[in-house]
Amino acid sequence: MITRLEDKELKRKSRRELLKLAPIIALGAFAFPKVSNRLIEEGVRFSDWAAGEMFRSQHLAQTFSNSEVVPFAKFPYNFYDVVDPGVNLEKWTLTVEGDVRHPGEYTLTQIQALPKIVQNTRHICVEGWDVIGSFGGARISDFLKLIGANVGPNNRARFLEVTCVDDYYESIDMASALHPQSLFCYEMYGQPLDRGHGAPLRLQMPTKLGYKQAKYLDTIRITNVLTSGKTGYWEDQGYSWFGGL
Amino acid sequence: MADEPSGDGRREEIKKEGIRDDVAGSEPASSAGPEVCEAVVAKLEMVADESAPKEPVPVEARAETTAKAEEAELVRAAYEHPLAIRITHWVNAISLFVMITSGLRIFRAFPSFGPKIPEKILLDIPKSLTLGGWLGGALQWHFTFMWFFAASGIFYLLFQIFSGHYRTMLFMPRDISGVWPMARHYFLFGPKPPAMGQYNPLQKLAYTSTVGLGALSLLTGMVMYKPTQFSWLAFLFGGFHLTRIWHFAAMCGFLAFIPGHLIMVALHGWANFFSMFSGWKREPEYQE
Repeated sequence: MITRLEDKELKRKSRRELLKLAPIIALGAFAFPKVSNRLIEEGVRFSDWAAGEMFRSQHLAQTFSNSEVVPFAKFPYNFYDVVDPGVNLEKWTLTVEGDVRHPGEYTLTQIQALPKIVQNTRHICVEGWDVIGSFGGARISDFLKLIGANVGPNNRARFLEVTCVDDYYESIDMASALHPQSLFCYEMYGQPLDRGHGAPLRLQMPTKLGYKQAKYLDTIRITNVLTSGKTGYWEDQGYSWFGGL
Repeated sequence: MADEPSGDGRREEIKKEGIRDDVAGSEPASSAGPEVCEAVVAKLEMVADESAPKEPVPVEARAETTAKAEEAELVRAAYEHPLAIRITHWVNAISLFVMITSGLRIFRAFPSFGPKIPEKILLDIPKSLTLGGWLGGALQWHFTFMWFFAASGIFYLLFQIFSGHYRTMLFMPRDISGVWPMARHYFLFGPKPPAMGQYNPLQKLAYTSTVGLGALSLLTGMVMYKPTQFSWLAFLFGGFHLTRIWHFAAMCGFLAFIPGHLIMVALHGWANFFSMFSGWKREPEYQE
């Protein structure tokens, strides 16, 4: 729609409309590294909050038939330090700490005595690759009941923290830890976990990214408070803490 | 008017003089005296007709001339871009820049669409074209600006639909026939088709496509971010692997659009560029 107006009037209208865009200048804050570092950390925190809200505790990740599983040889070894931190498999025990009724040392045999779940699920790396593998283990939720963790509907403990033999560490929101597909995994492809994949025990949660799947587990702790700056090896460097899928 | 005697007045005068000469009869010039006198009067009448205004100017005609004179001082302008469109355009422009550069950094962490083993590099994107410094930093930018991108995109769509403003830019079947003449004008120096509205058919095609690209990148991004929570969407896009390819393809689409868009903006001058800030376009090339 063309209108005809005086040059002065057009300039006045243009100027007024231009000023209405001023709030967009606020986005310019992202151009300053000092400010933007904090802002994008907040952005990830907001994303993590939204991801937690989106998470459906009973919605299962896709599972696959045996023919869709990649050959064991093509399942990548991913590690942050050493592929084999030299765990003494004979003497290994899982240390249980925190808000539980039965803290202490647990053997692999005790964990293997729990109902065994075998599932073919997709392991997705934050880098962008993914691989369908076969995993066997005990449900984390079953083990948490065994140790008397506070995982009931009321006043549920909020986090599961793990530390590893190779000094890797992680923390998981309780809803994800209690997901029916979240495992303390001790088998891959029907064989005991090999050293490169985290023997004797690792996390395997198809609703989480790969960096959340800590290997060579040493200690687990049930807690309501995460230690700031110690929420996860990669998370402390900037990865999303929720890391959910 | 007062200084110049009207033709009629002069005619009267001459007639009187003629009559007076006649009446005086001191020496009639000839027998044909009155005839000569009449011829002189006729001649003078002709002269008077040419030099003096014939009739008073009608009132309406006088108003028209005045309007024409004033109109010359007025500027033709159109309010092309409502505030909502301008805000979303610029928020989107900034977001898209961040999403593409940080996205390329994320892609660099695994520059392939195949399996992890054997490792392949499909595209080696120079670090200088990327944002975030490393994968974690790039993800922070990506996970922050995806909210701006999504919010401005959704707000844009709702505004276009409910304001009816989409009619200026939505590519419709009737625009198909106008695409080729416009493309021929731009790329092959063909004749310029007349401007029919705010946007020509090729512009409508390009702008409508970018809305589609935005929707595609948002939806595929949701699948890559939460493939389990949005498993139904992953299924629609043909699975997790294809989704990653669609997401990349949407970015390629934007990379095809953006340089063309910038070149066109550069070629069309300041008034056109400034209209995306002020909403008002001075002297648009289309009529009404």
